[in-house]
Amino acid sequence: MTYLIEGRDGPWELVVGLEVHAQVISQSKLFSGASASYGGEPNTHVSLVDAGFPGMLPVINRECVAQAVRTGLGLKARVNLESRFDRKNYFYADLPTGYQISQFTHPIIGEGAIEIELADGSTRMIGITRLHLEQDAGKSMHDQDPVRSFIDLNRAGVALMEIVSEPDIRSPEEAGAYLRKLRMILRYLGTCDGNMEEGSMRADVNVSVRKAGEPFRTRCEIKNVNSIRYVMQAIEVEAVRQVEIWESGGSVDQETRLFDPARSETRSLRSKEDAHDYRYFPDPDLLPLVIEEAWVQDLAAHLPELPDAKRQRFQDEYGIPRYDAGVLVAEQATADFYETVARGRDPRLAANWVIGDFFAALNRTGRTIQDSPISADALGGMLDLITDGTINGKIAKDVFEEMLESGESAAEIVERKGLRQVTDTGAIDAAVQAVLDKNPDKLAEYRSGKDKLFGFFVGQVMKAMAGKGNPALVNEALKKVL
Amino acid sequence: MMLTELTIAAAQGGLRRREFSAEELVGAHVAAIDRLNGRLNAFITVTSEQALDAARRADAILAGGGDAPALTGIPLGIKDLFCTDGVRTTAASRMLEDFVPPYESTVTANLLADGAVFVGKTNLDEFAMGSANITSAFGSVENPWKRAGDAETVLVPGGSSGGSAAAVAARLAMGATGTDTGGSIRQPASYCGIAGIKPTYGRCSRWGTIAFASSLDQAGPMARTVEDCAILLQSMAGFDTRDSTSVDIAVPDYRAACGRSLKGMKVGIPAEYRVAGMPAEIEAAWEQGIAWLRDAGCEIVEVSLPYTKYGLATYYIVAPAECSSNLARYDGVRFGRRVPGASLDELYEATRREGFGAEVRRRILMGTYVLSAGYYDAYYLRAQKVRNLIRKDFENAFQTVDVLLTPTAPSPAFAQGEKMDDPVQMYLNDVFTVPASMAGVPAMSVPAGLSQSGLPLGLQVIGRSFDEESVFAAASALERAAGFTHRPAVRAEVV
Repeated sequence: MTYLIEGRDGPWELVVGLEVHAQVISQSKLFSGASASYGGEPNTHVSLVDAGFPGMLPVINRECVAQAVRTGLGLKARVNLESRFDRKNYFYADLPTGYQISQFTHPIIGEGAIEIELADGSTRMIGITRLHLEQDAGKSMHDQDPVRSFIDLNRAGVALMEIVSEPDIRSPEEAGAYLRKLRMILRYLGTCDGNMEEGSMRADVNVSVRKAGEPFRTRCEIKNVNSIRYVMQAIEVEAVRQVEIWESGGSVDQETRLFDPARSETRSLRSKEDAHDYRYFPDPDLLPLVIEEAWVQDLAAHLPELPDAKRQRFQDEYGIPRYDAGVLVAEQATADFYETVARGRDPRLAANWVIGDFFAALNRTGRTIQDSPISADALGGMLDLITDGTINGKIAKDVFEEMLESGESAAEIVERKGLRQVTDTGAIDAAVQAVLDKNPDKLAEYRSGKDKLFGFFVGQVMKAMAGKGNPALVNEALKKVL
Repeated sequence: MMLTELTIAAAQGGLRRREFSAEELVGAHVAAIDRLNGRLNAFITVTSEQALDAARRADAILAGGGDAPALTGIPLGIKDLFCTDGVRTTAASRMLEDFVPPYESTVTANLLADGAVFVGKTNLDEFAMGSANITSAFGSVENPWKRAGDAETVLVPGGSSGGSAAAVAARLAMGATGTDTGGSIRQPASYCGIAGIKPTYGRCSRWGTIAFASSLDQAGPMARTVEDCAILLQSMAGFDTRDSTSVDIAVPDYRAACGRSLKGMKVGIPAEYRVAGMPAEIEAAWEQGIAWLRDAGCEIVEVSLPYTKYGLATYYIVAPAECSSNLARYDGVRFGRRVPGASLDELYEATRREGFGAEVRRRILMGTYVLSAGYYDAYYLRAQKVRNLIRKDFENAFQTVDVLLTPTAPSPAFAQGEKMDDPVQMYLNDVFTVPASMAGVPAMSVPAGLSQSGLPLGLQVIGRSFDEESVFAAASALERAAGFTHRPAVRAEVV
């Protein structure tokens, strides 16, 4: 459904492009050997290169390049075998060299695309313009001292991938779906952990509005939004702001804005006139980055299965519905968990249990799949007991709860509590007879044509057998007698 | 024996034959520095104590017999642009007046590993920006040479490696490191009557050397003979994984190349170097050099380097552009001088106003300008294109010739105070040296004779990329033919 902003003089269309800064997962920084890990005491992950000492030179970290190429491949994008690093010059206290090494004119990754899926099940392709590698800056801390600012350079020089989308996004929902999908792909690839709270994934949001059929109007860039929800909110309020400006006869100025979630508004940070002149030029300390086609092929060959492919395979291989497959592949760990459970078992039964009782249990206990109290093998063991007739589905729910609490295996619980399903027809027949004897009136009603009472008798027999009767055999025995 | 008169090659033998000790050799140079540095100002920092300690260690190694590293006990001056672990490194700038690096540059580490003894850090133009060593925050360097019959006038040593050139010429060190961005080794070598080579870009690691213009900066040796330069470059050169622009090509035996025959070598004479207004004595020295090489068996070929005339203009776009970016790190935040300010911007402004001298500020301004939006294409981008054409000029020439011969500088050393009011006049000193820098090819200055005023004149030999051997061979032949035995008025043995 088209997202439109209703203005006074008619509907406006929304145009959004996203620039995502994704911190590369790597041992060391983009151009130095210092640790790239998150956290650590201030200024403990800093080399002389990161601190911009005289005579220090950058040397490209091959693993960061590999991560960018993997990401490019995951985004089905063109990998540029020759790319280049440029210096983006500006002064700031947390930028030690006075320039950021980035890729301005020749990025390592060119055009690609991401397929997003919306709540109504429809899908859209969002174009990727480019992906380039660049250094992160350090962190300025202005709240540690009344007059002084402190600088932490731990993050300075850590590799970032800037992933730029085409202005193809037409609603806040699409922006959210794009970011979630991108994050999913990055996590599958293991190239970025996608943790927006920790700042390892941040988005700059370009927003403009237009009347249907018009070319693009002036856009504003909302910098550094750090959650998907805020991105969606920021787009919504910024679009409304722009519509109001256009409709009141004004014009939107190209500028950089900040989103204030507390007041749910965007505020001007700097106008185009105040924009930095970054004086980009090729970094003379670095040669053009030339990579081999064979190396790219090798990286491609070792790429993990990505969400779209996995989802399709789950549908094809396991015969589960598209929706279920989508839920199961949302996270690599969930997909792996499911596959372990489903292996050699009824895949649909496995999907129902994983998506149903298992997810509910995780939610209820506030656990994640990583620290789940029930392992995939344990859940599988329980499904085996259902399949081989040891327990029935109803007992299985009780066993599952018990597993959750005690951590015991399903078999142990069944054994200890004597929950084994009764398949002894003699015992079932006896239970059936006892129920009929106890309910002569109901029996009479049934015999006089009240078929619906069959269910009543099944329930009574199961109850008499403490739920352990084999449902099929109970049905059979009742039918025979009745 | 005057130990300060020895060449490095001779001292290597003398030390090994125990004709004198390293302590005596280093001591003689330290004494000369004590006596003359107050006047010449060739050194910013003198490290006598460390040098004498190192000399004693060298003697222990030499006493052990066996293979002492090549430069064991050889006293050298180190241009104060090379970071030296624990020894103040200033770049001749107030900005780094008290900067003591906790690391050793690759080039100096290589020299130390080969046993060299550093007697001090030599003066230079601030951040290597200058051609007369008059922009140093630690004062100008005096050229030890005097015009014939004029003991008074103070001449400049050239720049930016003016302190290194003066120290070697005055026998305060047996050799020195220099860096060359547009002529900063060759031009002062020419002015001070010594030899100096800018090797191929990528031959010496730039790691730990304070950057001026990264795509041009290249370290090289300065010494009184071509062979001594070969000995020093042998140690300084080599691939370094810490410098992405360093090139992984084996370093050949440079010393052996010095003795190589020139039979059949083709020497190109670039027509465009005959610039209008070239002094007759420079022209004459060049002609003499051509004759010497012809006599040595070379074939002399006229060649054309048509884009040479744009060399200087191009250089003064590319080098300041890179400098404006490279020097942004001197902001008062992490190291070096800090002048407090009420805001971050004020801190930057005050620090950089006080920390940088006028010439450095001028180049930062020029560089910032040529990289600015709206000017980038017209200046920087076009300069890069012209630079490629200059590079192609050399490639074309080296299709037919093995080396090129040119004068090193358009004049002998000039007096302090001359050419100082017009920066463009100053920049013209580099007209013959800049093109080889732009092309990245190796080039060496060797003393060829004296001017009418009794000052040394250098000739420049330019070679193919990574063919320093041919450069050493041709320069050695010129050196032998010139028989340059003149010595400067101010030197160690003159009391």
